[in-house]
Amino acid sequence: MSITVDGINKRFGNYQALNNVSLDIPEGKLTALLGPSGSGKTTLLRIIAGLESSDSGRISFSGKDVTGLHVRDRNIGFVFQHYALFRHMTVAQNIAFGLDSLPRTRRPSKAEIQARVSELLDMIQLPHLAQRYPAQLSGGQKQRVALARAIATRPKILLLDEPFGALDAKVRKDLRRWLRNLHDEFHFTSIFVTHDQEEALELSDQVVVMSQGNVEQVDEPIELYARPDSRFVFDFLGQVNALSGAIQHGRLSQGKAWVTLPGVRDQGDAQLYMRPHEVRLASAPDARANLPLRIEAVSLIGAEVRIELSPVGWHSESSDDIWEVSISHAEFNRQRPTRGDLRYAVPEIGHLFTGKNTRPSPVTWAEEEHCRAQALCPS
Amino acid sequence: MSAANQASAVSTQHWPRSGNRSKRVLPGFGLSLGISLFFISLILMLPLTGLVIEVSAMSFNEFWFVITDPRVVASYKVTALSALAASVFNGAFGLLLAWVLVRYEFPGKRLIDAVVDLPFALPTAVAGITLATLFAANGWYGQWLAKLGIEVAFTPVGIVVAMAFTSLPFVVRTVQPVLEELAPEDEEAAVSLGASDGHVFRRVIFPALWPALMTGVALSFTRSLGEFGAVIFIAGNMPYVSEVTSLMIFVRLQEYDYAAASAIASVVLLVSLVMLFAITLWQSRYLKRIEGR
Repeated sequence: MSITVDGINKRFGNYQALNNVSLDIPEGKLTALLGPSGSGKTTLLRIIAGLESSDSGRISFSGKDVTGLHVRDRNIGFVFQHYALFRHMTVAQNIAFGLDSLPRTRRPSKAEIQARVSELLDMIQLPHLAQRYPAQLSGGQKQRVALARAIATRPKILLLDEPFGALDAKVRKDLRRWLRNLHDEFHFTSIFVTHDQEEALELSDQVVVMSQGNVEQVDEPIELYARPDSRFVFDFLGQVNALSGAIQHGRLSQGKAWVTLPGVRDQGDAQLYMRPHEVRLASAPDARANLPLRIEAVSLIGAEVRIELSPVGWHSESSDDIWEVSISHAEFNRQRPTRGDLRYAVPEIGHLFTGKNTRPSPVTWAEEEHCRAQALCPS
Repeated sequence: MSAANQASAVSTQHWPRSGNRSKRVLPGFGLSLGISLFFISLILMLPLTGLVIEVSAMSFNEFWFVITDPRVVASYKVTALSALAASVFNGAFGLLLAWVLVRYEFPGKRLIDAVVDLPFALPTAVAGITLATLFAANGWYGQWLAKLGIEVAFTPVGIVVAMAFTSLPFVVRTVQPVLEELAPEDEEAAVSLGASDGHVFRRVIFPALWPALMTGVALSFTRSLGEFGAVIFIAGNMPYVSEVTSLMIFVRLQEYDYAAASAIASVVLLVSLVMLFAITLWQSRYLKRIEGR
């Protein structure tokens, strides 16, 4: 079932939680609603589920208007962040709840319900815990039971509100993979809410980035990461190294720092954004940039070495006035950067935001250097 | 390893000479517990001991004779049945009242919330006189009930009314906080699974309230067993028909038969204690399952 969200508005008192939100969620896709807290993502999910009503706008499932339909008649599976398992029921009773709740005419027989429950218990790999109570389960187990309970009645739509938010990192990773397989196997149309950009980018087919009740961008994860539409999305999707200053004659400068911007004709205030992997560290400035930075911390954990640096003689607008650069372990072993060293950042790829433009324009240097070396540059 | 042990392990690292005695983090444990125990002994245990001493002066035959006196036995029946009826009524009505007070917003809610405690605040004798006046054949309620052929004042029904009145707050005040803490998510989960409102109440809300409701009803019942002031004014106090056990104790006292009064009192006490222990035991087993301890 596809889901259409059409012009949804929602106010809580003076607070505009959702501002004319429209969305198309294609059938069979796993969609992430991503945004910081207060961006309206959970409210939107609850409105789609029917747990919350909207002030105006329409929700339709496969073209059928369900705006006025009660949550119990929408036939959706909903998974809560804190599981919301019924504490006084065993795992098996919890899973059977949706089937037990069907009106008598549509309710399967006791034996059929039992068969369905044990099938689901096998699927979540917890058949040995059927008679346990929720309090005796770990967080990951509880969330799997909650999922089994939500899909027991075979809904076409699965909605998950921060499903992994309360779990620790390792369990979260396992469950993520498991949810992806589940989704691929059963072909639900799924929407999950998260504030974790990594989770959204890794798990989903489509990401909806939200901020302050508005949809900022809807895209596939790869597109979204490579081509963010706005400063907000750029910022939200990961660490950003920023230089903001004024452009004059193709050069962006602020204090001691400057960067040449080949092919840029704009003048005036601008910000250059770069991801940690789009920057290289050198021991001296070169023709394309002068960005002196002092090494504050070196973290060797992970696939890459992460180096935190603070600007010298200028300031950055990114988080805490800190730049982050990632280099390979091999590179690290060659350079041996240590705390307190002075380094110069050399941008490889940049994203320039100028004036009122919300979309960034890409900036690359390699070509220019190439042409300069050949003395072929157009003046 | 318990937290206290860990704390002591840390402290021995820092101060190796201070010994291994574990120290509590919260101060004042000894003093506060001491005062509490002292007052419990003074207010609860001492009178109980007095009761036991008074009773132990009797031989078992005398004791048995006093507590199985037909008039007294009749009073047990009247008291127990009335208390049962009153607490069952309170279970239903108290749950409704708590539900209304927690679930809905309406003008005058705070006032009703305050009025619930009135039976605790009001001297029970005042309550008894008021109820007797209201339910008398020519009273505000009584005159209408009389037309329907229902007599309340000076019958066992009056006893039930008085008991229900004085013990209602027990149910409301035990159920209310539990109802307030019910996670709205549980209900949302149930509804999203397609459950009807009735099904949600029966299968999700009620089981969560059940322990608190049972405690409230049991408290209401034990309180009703001993109710004196409110009951005697409305009961009519006809031997074998509408005499309650606490009145029998009072009657024996007026006859200066302290031993007999104590003997009957000890029966009431025993029943109340057994009830309270039973309900605590049952509840802890029920909660153990839910909380997984």
